Formats: sequence, C-alpha cells, structure tokens
Amino acid sequence: MDKNRKVHQFNNPVLNWIEFRLPIISYFKKEYGDYPMPKNCNYFWSFGALATITLVTMIVSGIFLAMNYTPHTDMAFNSVERIMRDVNYGWLMRYIHSNGASFFFIIVYIHIVRAMYFGSYKYPRELNWILGVFIFLLMMATSFLGYTLPWGQMSYWGATVITNLFSAIPIIGEGLKTWLLGDYNVGNATLNRFFALHYVLPFVIFGVVGLHVAAVHVHGSNNPDGIDIKSKNDSVNFFPYMLIKDTVAMCAFGVAISAVIFFGPNLMSEVDNYIPADPLVTPAHIVPNWYLAPFYAILRAVPDKLGGVLLMFGAIAILFVLPWLDRSKVRSCNYRPMYKWFMMGFFVNFFALGYVGMLPAEGLYLLIARVGLLYYFGFFVIITPFVGWIEKPSKLPLSISDVYSKNIAPNIGGGEKGVPSPAMQKDTNL
Amino acid sequence: MVKKNNNKRRDFLQLSTLTLGGVGTAAFIWPFLKSMSPAEDTLAAGSTEVDISAIEEGQSITIKWRGKPVFIKKRTKDEIDAAKMVQASDLRDPQDDADRVQKEEWLVLVGVCTHLGCVPLGQKVSDMKGEYDGWYCPCHGSHYDTSGRIRKGPAPKNLDIPPYSFLNDSTIKIG
Repeated sequence: MDKNRKVHQFNNPVLNWIEFRLPIISYFKKEYGDYPMPKNCNYFWSFGALATITLVTMIVSGIFLAMNYTPHTDMAFNSVERIMRDVNYGWLMRYIHSNGASFFFIIVYIHIVRAMYFGSYKYPRELNWILGVFIFLLMMATSFLGYTLPWGQMSYWGATVITNLFSAIPIIGEGLKTWLLGDYNVGNATLNRFFALHYVLPFVIFGVVGLHVAAVHVHGSNNPDGIDIKSKNDSVNFFPYMLIKDTVAMCAFGVAISAVIFFGPNLMSEVDNYIPADPLVTPAHIVPNWYLAPFYAILRAVPDKLGGVLLMFGAIAILFVLPWLDRSKVRSCNYRPMYKWFMMGFFVNFFALGYVGMLPAEGLYLLIARVGLLYYFGFFVIITPFVGWIEKPSKLPLSISDVYSKNIAPNIGGGEKGVPSPAMQKDTNL
Repeated sequence: MVKKNNNKRRDFLQLSTLTLGGVGTAAFIWPFLKSMSPAEDTLAAGSTEVDISAIEEGQSITIKWRGKPVFIKKRTKDEIDAAKMVQASDLRDPQDDADRVQKEEWLVLVGVCTHLGCVPLGQKVSDMKGEYDGWYCPCHGSHYDTSGRIRKGPAPKNLDIPPYSFLNDSTIKIG
C-alpha cells in the first residue's frame, strides 16, 4: 500500500487508531458532516432521510415479527392472529409493520414527485434516478410478497392474480408461473419461498439505497431552483443544518404514523384479509394495496390479457428512461411555465388511476382508467420530449444566493451579479 | 513469430477457461433453479374419486383437486341445447360442446378463470351466472357459457377440462 497516504488527524486517539486502519471516520465526516446542501432546499428534501428511517423501521419490526410467524398454509393465519392477541406487544409490531409499509410508499411517492417536479433525474444524476426506480421496483415486489404472508383471503387471491400475470407471456408463461409458485397454484411451496424472499429483499433494498445515497453525494443534492452550487455561499453543511431540519421532519412524520398506528391501524388495510385463505372461494372484489392501485388500474384498463400485463410493467419500465425523454436543460419546473402544468396533471392523473384501481373495473371507472392510461404514457412519450423542445423557460437565477438577494432582501447586496447580500454571507459562512 | 503463437495460445487458454467456467457456473446454478419447480410429492398429488349419484339435474358441486376447485355440473336439457346451438367458429376459443364433455349431461371443469386465476361465480343458485347463464368471474368480468366457454370479458381461453373418467354411473375419477 501507499506509505505516503494522507491520514486524517482527529483529536480523539481512538478515532485516529480506527482511521489509520479503516478511513471510515473521515468518510462519515465528509459525507454526513461537511457535505454541502444547497441552502434553498425545502422540506421536500427531507423525504430521502425519512425513507431511510422507515426502511430501517420496517427491517427491525419485520425481524421481530418473523420470530413469531410460521410460514405454513395451515398455520400462517393463526400465527399472525397469535401475534395480534398473545405475543407481548405483537399487535404493535404488526401495526408498525403493516402501516409502515403504507407510509414507506407515501414517503417514496413524495420523494419521486419531488425528483420529477424539480428535475432531479437530469444530468448529472441520471444513474441516481435509475437506482431510485430500481429501489421502487424492489419495494413493490417486497410489499407484494409480504402481503401474501398473513394468508388471508386478499393475501391468497392477490398472490394468485399477480402470479397469473406471468402466464400471459406466450409459450413459456405457464411453465414460468408454475416454477415461480412451486406448484400448479398458490400453495405451501409458494408461501415458503415468498417468506424467504420477503425476508431477504429488504437487505437488497438497503444495499441499493447505499448506492443511491453514494451516487447523490457525488454531484450533491438538487434544489428547488435546479441550479448548481457555485460558491460556498450557496450551501450549508449537512451537520448540523440539514440534520436538524430532517429531525424536525422526522418528528412530524412520527406524529402522523403514530396517529394511524394507534387510532386507525386498519385504515389502509382490507377487511377481507381477516378471513383465512380459501382456495375455493374468490372474494367478490379483489383489491390491491392502495400503493399498487395505479398500476393495477392500468392492467385492468386493457381488454387484452397480454396487453394489460405489458402496459402495466411498461408503466414502471418507462420511468427508467425519463432522463432521456426530457430534452430540456432546465431542471426545476418552477422555471418551466408549460411543463409545470403537465407535470401537475401527471400527479393528479396518477392519483386518479390509483383511485379507480381500488374500485370495480366497469362503467365510468373503466373509462377514467383508460383516459388515465393514455395520459400516463402520453406524458412520457409525447408531452415530455415535445414540451422540452418548444417551451421557453423563464430566466434562471445566476446562483442560489441570488434567489435570496432577489426574493428576500432585494435592497441589500448586488443580487444581479449573483453576489450574496451581507446578511446572507454572515448566515452561511459558519 | 514466437510472440504471435504465444498470443494465440493465450487466447485459446483464456477462451477455454472462460467457457469451462461458464459451463461450471451454469451446472452449479441449475439445481438451485430446478429446486423451485414443483416437488415430487406435489406432482404425485394424484386423483380424486367423486360420488355423483346425489347430484340433481341443474345442480353443480365443487370439489378440490390438486388444490384447485373442480366444478361438476349435471346440466339441464335447456343448458345442453344452449351450449350446442353456438357456432364454434364464432367463439374466441373455438370448441364444440361435444368436444368438452364425455356424457352430455355431465360437465366437468377446472373452476379457475383463465384470465388471472380467480374462481368464477355460478355454482350456487344465488350466484351471478353472467350473460350466458354459465359462470361469471367477479374479478375482471369474464362471462362463460353453459359449456364453460369464454364468451365475453378479458379471459383468453375456455375453462379447462381436467382429465377424468366415469368409473360407473355414479362415480367420476378426476386426474
């Protein structure tokens, strides 16, 4: 090894001892201490931290649930009921875990909305976006597997419907489905492997989250104005500023999730899942988890089996190429007068898709789902490339500090030249 | 000249090492993948014998075979006629009623919708039977006729017919 390697010196000898052998202290100092955050970041930028905390909470509560859960078709349902009734604080573990999944998706959806609206997916953060979509995909798979485990009616029939999607693939479909299930229908072999995979995938997610965070730290976080940090005046250190801000967000989140866990723990679950799985009776109305409903709506909007499956997976796959569909160099929708409204329309449309995805696919609901499907793909394939081409973006601020000298303190400092006001300088040069 | 030969030798060694390594890896992975296929005991979950002497005309029972519901229906004259009247060529999955039954009053079906695997309604008197008076899948709205053929909705195929045989007048062996 390089004998001339520069070793960081700290005041604490124990830290120095570790640092000399494994430079992890300086790494954390660099990435989570001195890491520069654009000073204009709003609370939307706390959702990445919230998502990480939620992932850890899900893993911890999941491990403790696994200590009392039995992955066998004859015992799974009863073991979950035992967790609810007999295991000390079992009800709390389970309600944290089941509502935590819903909140995880709420947070990640907001995180994605933020990335889309403020153009965080654009150069140079494309790979970061791709890793994020990959995490989203893994989350959907994990939540689906987990939803099967309580072995209620919705568990069983949800698993049946989703695994049957694979049988739509020509020629190999049926064989692939049987291989995935380990049986000709959802059975004990299926439950066993779903449990094994549900246990391991969160750790895979954790790994990809590590890459996702490492990638964003290379070029730094985006911000509401979508412009790069140009001088030290544009940023604040992660510690303590962003950490404190994230902590405030975390407290608010804690209040919200506690309110649901303690006062409405079944608000986001289906009552039919408290009926044990019965392979001979399909519930009158199979409902997906709300967070998968937009994609379920797309599946049902198409009157053809294979077509529906392809479009549903296509709806997720198209997210991967968003950075290349968007031709505009301007990141933030705040400076894109046309695209902004199409983007808002996209969010409303996605919400509407989710709403009809929870309702029977007939009449007006089916019509809404079909219109929603058209807008979903139209937004990516037509609107996004086209608007980037014809739109005239509004004038970008010269720097992040410039935003403040114009908006907050227009009388002090030379905002036009991007020179921060004395007041702001004093504030940021800590 | 010597150098060139050496390079060729190297290429060969590299290529053959990679190939052998690839084959070895594949051979190692195969048992793992194969272990996910249905096990021997699952495959052996054989056949079921059903007493059908108590089934009245127009009545239908559901039994479990290999974990799946199987519908056994004693059809009425009207239902048989309705099933026979249809031109097979007009159907999405063309099949004559005669090809779907062994004795025309007995219809035996795997009760699993060919769309996404739900169990269609129509076994109970109070159930919705769909527009063709056979079965109706509540999940995504597929309609099946009195021969279990797909007539309307997203399902691509007719309800499957399991392998079965009449052991005598009152017993069917399924599987």
